Amino acid sequence: MEFFHKVTRFPFMNTRKVWYGLSAVLIIGSLVLVGARGLNLGIDFTGGVDVETNFPQDPNIEKLRTALDAAGIANAQVKAFGSARDILVRLPPDPNAKGDQIGARILEVFRTVDPSVHLQSTEVVGPQVGKELFEKGALALAATLVLILIYVLMRFTLKLAGGAILAVLHDPICVVGFFALTQMTFDLTSISAILAVIGYSLNDTVIVFDRVRERARNARKLGIAQVIDDSINQTLSRTIMTKLVTLLVVVALLIFGGETLHGFSAALVIGIIAGTYSSIYISAALALDFGLRTDDLLERKLVKPEEVDGLP
Amino acid sequence: MISYPRWKIALVVIVVLIGVLFAVPNLFGEQSALQFAKDGALLQESDRKSIEQVLADKGVTPNGAFLDQGRLTLRFASTVQQLKARDIVADARPNQYTIALSKASRVPEWMRNLGLNPLKLGLDLSGGVYLVYQVDVQGALKQQLDHHEQDFRASLRNARVPYQDVLVDYATDRVQVLFRDQDSFAKGKAAIIADNRNVSLTDVTVAGAPAVQMQMTPAEIKDREDSAVAQNIVILRNRLNSPELAVSEPQVARQGVDQIAIQLPGLQNSAEVKKILGKTATLEFRMVDENDNPLEAVQTGRVPLGSKLYYTRDKQPVLLKREVVVTGDELTDATFQPNGQDGPAVSVGLDSRGAAKMLKNTQENLGHLMAVVFIDRSREKNAEGVDVDRTTEYVINRATIRGVFSNNFSITGVNPIEGKELALLLRAGGLAAPLTAIEERAIGPTLGEKNIAQGVNAMVFGMLAAFIFMAVYYKVFGLIADIVLAANVVLLTALLSLVGAALTLPGIAAVVLTVGMAVDANILIYERIREELRNGVSPRAAITAGFERAFSAIADSNVTALIAGLVLWLFGAGAVRGFAVVLVLGIATSMFTSLMGSRALVQVIYGGRRKLDRLAI
Repeated sequence: MEFFHKVTRFPFMNTRKVWYGLSAVLIIGSLVLVGARGLNLGIDFTGGVDVETNFPQDPNIEKLRTALDAAGIANAQVKAFGSARDILVRLPPDPNAKGDQIGARILEVFRTVDPSVHLQSTEVVGPQVGKELFEKGALALAATLVLILIYVLMRFTLKLAGGAILAVLHDPICVVGFFALTQMTFDLTSISAILAVIGYSLNDTVIVFDRVRERARNARKLGIAQVIDDSINQTLSRTIMTKLVTLLVVVALLIFGGETLHGFSAALVIGIIAGTYSSIYISAALALDFGLRTDDLLERKLVKPEEVDGLP
Repeated sequence: MISYPRWKIALVVIVVLIGVLFAVPNLFGEQSALQFAKDGALLQESDRKSIEQVLADKGVTPNGAFLDQGRLTLRFASTVQQLKARDIVADARPNQYTIALSKASRVPEWMRNLGLNPLKLGLDLSGGVYLVYQVDVQGALKQQLDHHEQDFRASLRNARVPYQDVLVDYATDRVQVLFRDQDSFAKGKAAIIADNRNVSLTDVTVAGAPAVQMQMTPAEIKDREDSAVAQNIVILRNRLNSPELAVSEPQVARQGVDQIAIQLPGLQNSAEVKKILGKTATLEFRMVDENDNPLEAVQTGRVPLGSKLYYTRDKQPVLLKREVVVTGDELTDATFQPNGQDGPAVSVGLDSRGAAKMLKNTQENLGHLMAVVFIDRSREKNAEGVDVDRTTEYVINRATIRGVFSNNFSITGVNPIEGKELALLLRAGGLAAPLTAIEERAIGPTLGEKNIAQGVNAMVFGMLAAFIFMAVYYKVFGLIADIVLAANVVLLTALLSLVGAALTLPGIAAVVLTVGMAVDANILIYERIREELRNGVSPRAAITAGFERAFSAIADSNVTALIAGLVLWLFGAGAVRGFAVVLVLGIATSMFTSLMGSRALVQVIYGGRRKLDRLAI
């Protein structure tokens, strides 16, 4: 079987204004969503208490809420988690709360509604931890971007590296926008997913750039834009096939991985789609608009180091 | 014929075989088990029979039972049975045994002896409690400064040198001793130096008065912080390993500068652990003021000079001398003796410093009353959310000194429950710095099993989808990729088992993700081969060119993913690190299997053929 028997001839460079526009809409849309709706931050970042309970049959959530209110447990969010029988209670950080006690207390209150309920898990995160984890997450994100930029700079020219990094930045923004749109819980594992997406979505970009460099000797004849177009088209089948198989696997994770991995796998799905899009339509196009010329690609091969040293 | 060095094929075969060897223990699985122990006694065959009988009466039969070094392990078919059995024994034989939940590996003895062990499961898969404690390093520094202050005062008092004051400034980490004149300054400085050789003093003038100053250097501060955390880790480990707590395989590790992360697999009720871990208990031995009437002191509100008013646990007032004979710091050991000569007792050991002081004291005060003050500090938050150290002090014991003793003696007059707790807290020693629990995650065993089931499902279906797709899309080469992918999972499992990294749910997700990425590498190679074939290159040349030319793309793309993985590994804690470890190791194994493994297989299948007209790709 083969989906791409003939090399495609899509004019990516000529239509790049369209794709820039689409990306701009995605990025601005994501930022607006984040600004307007905010992120539904998990207790990893906000601090607080998550208590997960399991009922043998579907409980009446309204009754549970009333029971909690009556017991003086205020500000509790009660919602189904995964299945209708798994009930999650979330409390804001309370400096006086002791984790095991709050878990036991909530269980006690729920027992008055249904005696056969049992406690699945309790998580208590102090507010200072939340802040720290958030800072660490942001730091990890920044460190990854800088290190990847350095690596791409070492392997390619500045203009290609710039295109690659901008295209890569595009992906986590889309993922964050998706989280703002769906109000899925954004927690530490979501940050792991975003970092994985950054590392992974650069793959295609690198492969396209590799091909561009390989074909640079044809550039004098065809022009740089044509070479980029050819390179993207020639690598299109592998770009799409690799991402398709990874998506297949990640979708399995999304479907079967359960509630705990839901946000994580959703972030990966969105990130991989955005990453594939940006490495086909955006990264090389940006490099072209940054003024990528044939000489940028050939320089290293043609000019010997001694001659470089001899230049003023 | 396509040439490919034989040694490379051999290397692949050897690595995969070693991988299989290390991965095999994971096939045996684990069983839920209960561990029974008796404090201070070895369990006998009779105990095993008695426990099994109790269980049989309630209709629970363990799958297996064995005695090892006085500990009894019972295995059960499921976690539900395990928990039920624990409750039955705890009800039927209250306080007789300490019962720990554990997982018993089904790996045969000889394999374990070879160092072949299955993967460890993270808490989200095994169930258990995860705690993060914040060490109050500021508190440790304060303690250190207070210590200096007291030492300086003692030196000056012993040398009978008059001084104005000893000032402690916590903000700048220094202690200043103020004198009235140059003469006492010189004498005082000499006295302090004589007693405290390890501190460096500088001469300063404070408000016109001659003074000496002890300033902690940044290196000393860091040293103190490190030792506070390290000491706490040792203490926490000690406390967790006590038979009283019944936790199997607790893990205690430093996290960041001033945090300690604790993992307690299998544990369900964290309340008991937190109670014992979070406390700071110490003892003070003081002589009783026998000349004054404590009731009078309570009524008049006037405590005699040189004495301090305390209460016993049943609220009786007691007057104790201000001088402390020995403190908890000088304690080296404390064990609970349930059947001592005078009823339950705690046997206490002292270090040489404490022993010398105790010897002198017992010689001087034979026949007089000595009291033990139990000081328990717990850290709580007040209504404004500010940490407040709550200290409860009470006299737990008053006893006549019946003999001259130094480094070993007994405290009597404790009831069994308190005696046990006191011994535990004392044995662990006073905490170097107060601890606060700042993060806590407790995962029930049923949730753990659900997580495993979901993780395994996701892995199986994800891999199945990838395998089928590859076989259909790339035919023989796709099957090669499938074999290589399977080898990749085996190698990754082997590596994780070898490293001893705990597998978490995000870790399983990372396995799934690396499978996806390992497929990538294969696709890159095969697409390149197809492209070469389309360009009219011969099949043999296409294979060689495909592997060679795809190499730089594979290396480049994996390096970027590796960077992200390593950063996660460095910055992440808990679940994130579990993901990162697997991701990084997975990238390594997938590079190896897709570049070398798949090339070797292609060589085995196509390499020997004299005629190669077309490739099944």
